[in-house]
Amino acid sequence: MDIGPLWLSLQLAFVTTLVLIILGTPLAWWLSQSRSRWQSVIQAIVAMPIVLPPTVLGFYLLVVLGPAGVIGSWWVKLTGNTLTFSFAGLVIASCIYSLPFAVQPMQNAFESLSSSKLEAAWTLGASKLDAFFSVVVPLSLRGFVSATVLAFAHTLGEFGVVLMVGGNIPGESRVVSIAIYEHVETLNFAAAHQLSLVLILFAFFILFGMFLVNRRWQPR
Amino acid sequence: MNNVEMKYSLQKGDFKLEVDTRIPATGITGVFGESGSGKTTLLRCIAGLEALTDEDSRPPHKRRIGYVFQDSELFPHLTVQKNLEYGWRRNPDARRPITEFASMLEVDQLLDRSVSDLSGGEAQRVCIARVLCQEPQLILMDEPLSALDARRRNNVLPYLDRLHSETSVPIIYVSHNIDEICRLSDHLILLDNGKVVAEGGLQETLARIDLPQFRGQNAGAVLEANQSRYDAEFDLSLFQFLGGELWVPGCQDMRTTRLRIDAGDISLSRTSVKSSTILNILPAVIDEMIAETASTQLVRLRLGTNFLVARITRRSLHELNLQVDDNVFAQIKSVTVRY
Repeated sequence: MDIGPLWLSLQLAFVTTLVLIILGTPLAWWLSQSRSRWQSVIQAIVAMPIVLPPTVLGFYLLVVLGPAGVIGSWWVKLTGNTLTFSFAGLVIASCIYSLPFAVQPMQNAFESLSSSKLEAAWTLGASKLDAFFSVVVPLSLRGFVSATVLAFAHTLGEFGVVLMVGGNIPGESRVVSIAIYEHVETLNFAAAHQLSLVLILFAFFILFGMFLVNRRWQPR
Repeated sequence: MNNVEMKYSLQKGDFKLEVDTRIPATGITGVFGESGSGKTTLLRCIAGLEALTDEDSRPPHKRRIGYVFQDSELFPHLTVQKNLEYGWRRNPDARRPITEFASMLEVDQLLDRSVSDLSGGEAQRVCIARVLCQEPQLILMDEPLSALDARRRNNVLPYLDRLHSETSVPIIYVSHNIDEICRLSDHLILLDNGKVVAEGGLQETLARIDLPQFRGQNAGAVLEANQSRYDAEFDLSLFQFLGGELWVPGCQDMRTTRLRIDAGDISLSRTSVKSSTILNILPAVIDEMIAETASTQLVRLRLGTNFLVARITRRSLHELNLQVDDNVFAQIKSVTVRY
């Protein structure tokens, strides 16, 4: 079986999920607590990848991340490599593409937490950061599980954005969805079948696992 | 520190809280008022949970003020034990073992339980123990019994009595339930529309018939009394207070207690009527009178250093021609005295 793209996809999904949990948590927290009028604006921007065609997203990312783009030119100066058609570029693109899938479950979990629980922690001597890790995080675990699973699975399945930003470079940007597309284009249906089946099984079991965990774990 | 300074000013939409007072640094200060009078907001200001413009800009976790919430707000991901340890661990000055407070609130049998397995009364007791474990300098209680039904409330109340006698930490107790206030507090603050409209010792403040909040259902008085005799034959206890004595049914084991007499349970006469079913006939002096409704009058009676409040019809007032400073007899049915 064509294991290279599968492995690359897993790596990409793993790194992307990690970055999204780390960066998405403070963002989701801010979205859940803020009463600023910017809250709705930021919320809309975060949700945009859900409705935008991946090609639109990919196109703009190509412009921004390309050697002439704002971020791309800076990256070239810094590393000597271009950001587009590289693994690093793919990670950035995936993070933006999967952002709502990580942020929204966490935000929902944070919003369902009663603010008095947090205030109780503060009056018991916990600083804001302490209270976040000792009360908010454990009480929002379901949100974190959902965010992780959805971000991971969604990144694994992305196609359009990768095609625009990453192209089809083996070991660098030839992820599994691209490989399947190419196998179909070259009429290699057997190889396409194999990879597709792996993705179908993976998608089912990871979602099944998530719902199972969420059902078991019902802290009030 | 003999007083706790309370100076807060907060605008919240149409509501304005404007409090500038001080309360004794011992015992329980009851904060009474209708819903919407700003009781909870005041507590939140003291705890640092409201964004304030006062001089104390410390965040809540540096204030060492314990907060007992209406709905206990225990952490469901932790056991009872871990809940108790939460504040205790975070205060380096907390020296007393948590078992001490756990046994005071009798939650020591529940330590391994999950919070979701607790009844409402148990949860509230754990919440109070959790606050005690952090060894705060001041405890705020925001209607800690209001989420409980009457039976559970009566189960928790004795623990609050205990808290009163066994800890030296000052407590601010917010409630709109006059019974709880009368039973627990030593000092009283009356809030109305964000402002302190009356404050002082419980007994004299409660007897202020000029305050609309202490008319109607809430009209009555509280006496601090000591048991001097117990009549085993009829199961009656005689309680003495400065200014008189009262027979109360039962109460064999109570050495000192707070007796509460509603305004409607007192009748007045010019002479001492001997042959009646009323056991308590106390000489008193009319201190103040105020028309309560078109048909009723509230009369404040002075007995030594204590006060009673009686509700009589304005017709009786007229017929007996009662005036301030008149000597009268207050008749109180023993069975109506609450303790």
